[in-house]
Amino acid sequence: MSAGQHDDDGVAEDGAGDEAAAASIGPRQTIVAFPNGPLLVRGDFDIVDPDGNQLRRSRKTVALCRCGASVIKPYCDGSHKLIGFKTEPES
Amino acid sequence: MKQPEPRGPVSSLLLATLNGPEQSSPEAPSTASDLAPAVRDAVAATNDFAFDDDLQLTLFCLFELHYSGIDGTSGDWEWNPDLIAARRFLEQAYEAQLRSATTLPELPAPTSADVAAGLFELTGADGGPSMAKYVAKQATEEQIGEFLIQKSIYTLKEADPHTWSIPRLTGRAKAAMVEIQADEYGGGVPERMHSALFAQSMRGVGLDDGYGHYVDDVPAITLASSNLMSLFALNRRLRGAIVGHLAAYEMTSSLANRMYARGFRRLGFNDAVAAYFDEHVEADAVHEQIAGRDLAGGLVEAEPDLLSDVFFGAAAAAVVDTWMTEHILDAWKVGSSSLRSSASVIA
Repeated sequence: MSAGQHDDDGVAEDGAGDEAAAASIGPRQTIVAFPNGPLLVRGDFDIVDPDGNQLRRSRKTVALCRCGASVIKPYCDGSHKLIGFKTEPES
Repeated sequence: MKQPEPRGPVSSLLLATLNGPEQSSPEAPSTASDLAPAVRDAVAATNDFAFDDDLQLTLFCLFELHYSGIDGTSGDWEWNPDLIAARRFLEQAYEAQLRSATTLPELPAPTSADVAAGLFELTGADGGPSMAKYVAKQATEEQIGEFLIQKSIYTLKEADPHTWSIPRLTGRAKAAMVEIQADEYGGGVPERMHSALFAQSMRGVGLDDGYGHYVDDVPAITLASSNLMSLFALNRRLRGAIVGHLAAYEMTSSLANRMYARGFRRLGFNDAVAAYFDEHVEADAVHEQIAGRDLAGGLVEAEPDLLSDVFFGAAAAAVVDTWMTEHILDAWKVGSSSLRSSASVIA
């Protein structure tokens, strides 16, 4: 996403006009990979099926399942805690 | 909120005081100045503050002056010094009981990652009897109605106590709290406010969804559960505790609400009744991540001195929740009602 467009000061390097202004106050979208948990998607985005149809979505920021155990996929329902899902190999 | 029935001498005195004018005059002398001494004596005499009907109702009413107010009484009472003095005695007693009843885990390093991991560990530990399992598998239609009545004291104003914390937070923690609360309040859609979804569930099982309608029916411990949040929320110095409380609520919500929804469907209630619980499965799986890392973790990184209170707030949420669950399940196990009177259960 847009994080790669920023230098360390959070200022767009090559953006122009409005995009640069928007980028300068933060990324348009981020995906936060939570340890042992879901992917939190925040910002301006669509969630669609393979044909491009919008999926049901009832909130701005969503948590996407990545343990596979959620019963409300693609969203997280907390099941990762029940199955002891780990994102890092046990050391 | 409607005026509740008093439950003893102190709540009687408070309600009588509230029904008079706030400005004392020779023609209408106020009893407000009698309240703090009466509270102080009653606090010294009580065996168990959390389960004391008279004192929990008194504290609940004093807090309610800051929320919906109490019908038929002057709004001027909200900041009356005599009432604030009485509230301070009650708050000190409750906080002292909570501090002694909670056991804090070994505190993690004051970093966002370690605070989140520590809170997930604390809230993931076995917390005694499970209301969610009981509702999913065993609750009768009458019991599930009682469950909603017990929950309604807080949930019809869901999120409101934690909102008091927003001006006391800064930066990452503030942004996180606002993001969570915006979702709690329906993201701009009034019908999707969690309190509104809960009201829909109440109507769907034939209950009255008026705010405070069942306040006379619930036991002291249910008022104590709501008072816990107001205590943490209305005292700035306890901002760590209200943040920890919210994190604990979010982290114990998704899986429990899946079971609650299952219980309502098992008894044949429709999707509109279950919608509140379905919503929390999805919403709180988002909120718990934000609450752990950005809210609690962000607060501790900004104010490391609050680390202990964050965990105190989370532990206190679990302790009071366990007391309330035990009270309800103990009544149900012997075929009794968990309410003070069973007159207003589903017709």
